[in-house]
Amino acid sequence: MDVLDVARWQFAITTVYHFLMVPLTIGLSIVVAVMQTAWVRTGKAHYLAMTKFWGKLMLVNFAMGVVTGIVQEFQFGMTWSAYSRFVGDVFGAPLAMEGIVAFMVESTFLGLWIFGWSRLPKRVHLACLWAASLASTASAYFILSANSWMQHPVGIQLVDGKPQLTSIWALLTNNTAIAAFTHTVSGGFAVAGTFLVGISAWHLWKKHKLSAVDDADRKVWSASLKLGAWIGMVAFAAVALTGDTQGKLMFQQQPMKMAAAEALCHTEAPASFSIFAYGDVSRPDCENVKSITVPALLSFLAHNDFSTEVKGVQDLIPLYEQKYGHNYPVDPSLGALSGQPIDYVPDLPVTYWGFRFMIGFGGIAAGAALLALWLTRRGRIPRTKWFPRLALLSIATPFLANSFGWIFTEMGRQPFVVVPNPTGVDGVFMYTAQAVSPGVSAGQVLTSLIALTAVYGVLAVVEVFLLVRYAKAGVAGVMPPADEKKSDDDVLAFAY
Amino acid sequence: MDLPTLWFWVIAVLWTGYFFLEGFDFGVGMLTRLLARDNTERRVLVNTIGPVWDGNEVWVIVAIGATFAAFPPWYATMLSAEYLPVLLILLALIGRGVAFEYRGKVDSDRWRRGWDLVILLGSWIPPLGWGLVITGVATGLPIGKDGVLVGGLGALFTWPAVLGALALAGFSLLHGSVFVALKTDGEIRHRAHALALRFGPLLLLPMAALLVLVQVRQGGLVTIVIAAVGLLAGAGALVRLAAKREGQAFALLGLVIAAAVMSLFGSDFPAIISSTVDPSFSLTVANSASSPYTLGVITWVAAFGTPAILVYQGWTYWVFRKRISAAHIPPVHVP
Ligand code: HDD
Ligand code: HEM
Ligand code: HEM
Repeated sequence: MDVLDVARWQFAITTVYHFLMVPLTIGLSIVVAVMQTAWVRTGKAHYLAMTKFWGKLMLVNFAMGVVTGIVQEFQFGMTWSAYSRFVGDVFGAPLAMEGIVAFMVESTFLGLWIFGWSRLPKRVHLACLWAASLASTASAYFILSANSWMQHPVGIQLVDGKPQLTSIWALLTNNTAIAAFTHTVSGGFAVAGTFLVGISAWHLWKKHKLSAVDDADRKVWSASLKLGAWIGMVAFAAVALTGDTQGKLMFQQQPMKMAAAEALCHTEAPASFSIFAYGDVSRPDCENVKSITVPALLSFLAHNDFSTEVKGVQDLIPLYEQKYGHNYPVDPSLGALSGQPIDYVPDLPVTYWGFRFMIGFGGIAAGAALLALWLTRRGRIPRTKWFPRLALLSIATPFLANSFGWIFTEMGRQPFVVVPNPTGVDGVFMYTAQAVSPGVSAGQVLTSLIALTAVYGVLAVVEVFLLVRYAKAGVAGVMPPADEKKSDDDVLAFAY
Repeated sequence: MDLPTLWFWVIAVLWTGYFFLEGFDFGVGMLTRLLARDNTERRVLVNTIGPVWDGNEVWVIVAIGATFAAFPPWYATMLSAEYLPVLLILLALIGRGVAFEYRGKVDSDRWRRGWDLVILLGSWIPPLGWGLVITGVATGLPIGKDGVLVGGLGALFTWPAVLGALALAGFSLLHGSVFVALKTDGEIRHRAHALALRFGPLLLLPMAALLVLVQVRQGGLVTIVIAAVGLLAGAGALVRLAAKREGQAFALLGLVIAAAVMSLFGSDFPAIISSTVDPSFSLTVANSASSPYTLGVITWVAAFGTPAILVYQGWTYWVFRKRISAAHIPPVHVP
């Protein structure tokens, strides 16, 4: 293995891992803020119980989001130092802004919220949670505008072969960034919605077996389930709408990614959308793959009508070669790739199936939400065992959809790390192979890859263990029993 | 002052803020084995920093982000040359952050002992690591073309860098003890005070040695004055501590770390990372800065953001200003 491969694996593993926590934090923190707002406004006890219960799960997850995020902040300099030198003038600014504007607010006010129960006036305490959760969303905006700049570089000029920022406004209002932000935040709500549905369904089902049904408790779960199911379904609709916008931008900005999403060999007009392919979609084979298609749908996804031509992989290769060259430059820092022919086609099985799994798993999540809502209509509680099982299993689906979305987006732009913008400044692009740190050895990156993966593996077990424990214990696990709360002014309302 | 110079100093201030704030919460973590006798006392310690450690940690994220934006080659060279030390720091920070959050979530001695060990290691490694990295960078490293480190891992362990590691760890331990003495009540407060008083001179010794060594090697008039202020502040902190004026000692320790960072950064200025291989490979404020436009953008953001940060983080300390003692710790309540 050379440095490039190890570094790519490391980036992929740490980012996908970070992005397991991220969508749950984004979605759930706002949901909990809404619950607490309901409690502050109505004073109803079950809203307080919901706030405490879901808030606790949110915090268990948040801690992991923070510590895995720190790794990301450093990784560009550690393993991708050539990239950092090349894009620093542009890419650093949104990262610095994210720190100053978002992370500071997020971590400070979350600390105030966690420890501030009964120490702060109710409304101030609530405002702290709103500040923290909105800062989470803001952080997503900044980091996604950084990432979107790599997909679609705007707001720059080329000076001495390097991009130089000319308009921060253009970077922050990049159409790619706005589309990715809305899509990703909707994806976060899809995760939060299904999370609520899965756990509440399980608790509701548990309750039907108890002879003395605790009414207050049941209210917590049925209210949470309803809220979660609606959030899940609306989020899926939002994800579909914003995804459609992204598809149209991708068609203009990254035609090869568009073709790779469909494993489309040859140009089609009108182009049909493949739903399911039989056989191996990788390039030598993609000619003989059979697939179930919807006629003209791809044309619609790409350009809002049913006739637009969508270019296939084989026809795009010559266009890319003509524009960006046939071979990598001869440069020792490119290692084995120096002077070699450039392969402009991303890994087709990954992009093709990644795209389908994203949509498919998201669809399953929305379906599960709808089903749970139907089965619990007017206070009903299903007695069959498959209901809680299915609900719990469905929690995994939007997480998978999010991971596959990122895998598709990032793998689909290979071999570029900064993709050339066909309508912008010519010549601003970078191959992934040029981005790695010249002075870092494969051994060093392998060391960090193994160390991080091992630590992440252990922490995943711990986090899931804790989440399951708290989820199972329900409200009693997060609210101290009444006799313990001696309303003693001196005892901390919350302590580690 | 031109923008690149301004940002050089802003970054120095960010590191100062980080070492000042997270310095004491590292110290508290380092002390969990030394000061606390039982689980309740350990919880007292952890809860003194509970609401604030994450906010403190963001100072390093901002310092690194600002370095990336203002001086990309600095960011790229420092982190890739110091790859393994930085990796160790990251692993420590990962463990520590999770440990604070998770240690009280299961009522079992084995569980708590495990996380306590993570807190201990996670609080010792970062100050040692950052001391090594920051001092190494400020006093010169064998950097070749494209920021490639010449000479392997061993080349990072220069004398000043090793001294820097000890200096920051010693400082953090003392700073943490004084903080505990300020924030707790009861027996643990007295123990913290006694520890700070007894070992204070020893803990500040590497810092004093570093200040002197760097100034002897590469000091200028201004940095020598700053370093001298740092030395005096250190002595003053010990004197105030003996007089039981913990608040004043704490503030004077702040002056120590500020003087240390400023004199360290300043004695290399306008170089950022001096190459000991060939001066033409050195990174300087002039050859590493981002474009004036980018610097202008982050200057505006910082001009509005930083005062706000100081206000709301200051408010947090005010909200949680009460001393904590064992009597304040609620019973363990876990599912
Ligand atoms: C769409 C959202 C999103 C994306 C794509 C990323 N992150 Fe993230 N990040 C968040 C959304 C987020 C968050 C929601 O704000 C987190 C997750 C949980 C949390 O605590 O905050 C966070 C935490 C977090 C932290 C810790 C902040 C703290 O201490 O409070 C850092 C330093 C980063 N991230 C940095 C990164 C970098 C450098 C990324 C690029 C590879 C990245 N994140 C991808
Ligand atoms: C009808 C459904 C969907 C459509 C049409 C769609 C479309 C897209 C497209 C075109 C991209 C690539 C953007 C680019 O690389 O330029 C993308 C990325 C992504 N998708 Fe989806 N998507 C759908 C459903 C989902 C669901 C259900 C989730 C998660 C719950 C999801 C999460 C993501 C994520 C995280 C990314 C990567 C980040 C980004 O580029 O925004 N998507 N999606
Ligand atoms: C918002 C920030 C980013 C997010 C959320 C993100 C997300 C991802 C994801 C999910 C993958 C996995 C694809 C796979 O499994 O191969 C990936 C891969 C990768 N990303 Fe990013 N990325 C971000 C920014 C960056 C940046 C700034 C770089 C700069 C060097 C980068 C370089 C890479 C590389 C080299 C890979 C490996 C690709 C491969 O294995 O084929 N990404 N990223």
